[in-house]
Amino acid sequence: MNQQTRITCHECDLLQQLKPPPPGGCTRCPRCGAVLHRSKRNSLNRTLALSLAGLILFIIANTFPFLAFEMQGQITETQLFTGVTDLYHQGMWGLAALVLFTTIIVPAVQLTLMLYVLVPIKLGRTPGHLAGVFRLLQTLTPWGMMEVFMLGILVSVVKLAGMATIVPGLALWAFGLLIFVLAAAAAALDPHRVWEKVRYAP
Amino acid sequence: MKPWPPSAVRQSLIGCPSCELLCKAPARFDGQIRMRCPRCGAVLHTRKPNSLARTWALVIAALIFYIPANMLPIMTVTSLGKTQSDTILSGAAYLLLHGMWPLALLIFFASVVVPLLKLVILIYLLISVQLHSRWRPRDRTRLYRITEAIGRWSMVDIYVVTILVALVHLGNLATIRAETGAVFFGAVVVITIFAALTFDPRLIWDSLEKNHE
Repeated sequence: MNQQTRITCHECDLLQQLKPPPPGGCTRCPRCGAVLHRSKRNSLNRTLALSLAGLILFIIANTFPFLAFEMQGQITETQLFTGVTDLYHQGMWGLAALVLFTTIIVPAVQLTLMLYVLVPIKLGRTPGHLAGVFRLLQTLTPWGMMEVFMLGILVSVVKLAGMATIVPGLALWAFGLLIFVLAAAAAALDPHRVWEKVRYAP
Repeated sequence: MKPWPPSAVRQSLIGCPSCELLCKAPARFDGQIRMRCPRCGAVLHTRKPNSLARTWALVIAALIFYIPANMLPIMTVTSLGKTQSDTILSGAAYLLLHGMWPLALLIFFASVVVPLLKLVILIYLLISVQLHSRWRPRDRTRLYRITEAIGRWSMVDIYVVTILVALVHLGNLATIRAETGAVFFGAVVVITIFAALTFDPRLIWDSLEKNHE
């Protein structure tokens, strides 16, 4: 039992007792300063609510018009996905795949898997393959780059603002909200609460 | 310097990289056998396998790709018969000349400074580990944390090209095409993210313990 509260720092390998973080604060490794555990109130409920909101916003962001571009009476209307298909048609399939992966596939898979993990836990059950699914979620985290994409949108809009009229669509607002919801969901999640649910034989 | 207790690996313990469960390493754990975490099934390693060699390989690959990424155009604008190709730097310069200096600064920082800074920090960390440096390990770990956090923001230029290509699509009036430079630039970003993932910051701390022997 004693072993469960002992951990080793993932950045410097110092063996230590994991002290519970102060409310609203975090426990840091005394040697290298890495964050070991962050205090999160009501973690699973809040992450579940935010992921659900995130999935709805994600669907809106991907189905409604995103931006329209008007120049001398001609209008092009785009969706979030248009950039990917256009890059593909220009023969840039590598770039198209990279953009598709980091802005659409990873966020979609992350939101879906998060709900797959959290909904059964909320209902008092343990989802199948919990450990493998949650591990995949952690692996995908560095590859979801929606907030960087949002910055890309802002830069593009400012760049084109002088040449033409840019009309924001519903999807753009959903996307803007989605960034905050995803960040809040990531901040609310305490992985320790999920790993506790995994049954295993030591 | 305060003496720290020996690290987990020297007490035959491995922290799971995924769920942080503390696991007992077998008596002779030399990487020959594959050990998995009993709780989450992640493969356990005392240190990331071949961390230095892999990180070096990725860093060198990124450095090579960094050259065409900056020399070749990332996009071409065709407007009323005139074509103009932009590299990352000329794109930033264009913004600067048109009075959008905050944006120019942002693009310059995200696309030129961040990848280079990341590579320089990783090379410094690799060399310092190979020389068994004991100099300011806490700050070097902090440098590693920075490289992990900032890399993703370099993608902003790739996304700008994607959005411009999608929006400016007006036949003879104006069209924007993505060019090869963008492919190399995307490769640099992806490779440096992998490089940061394969570097093991615990190696920084291992040198401190070796010298106590």
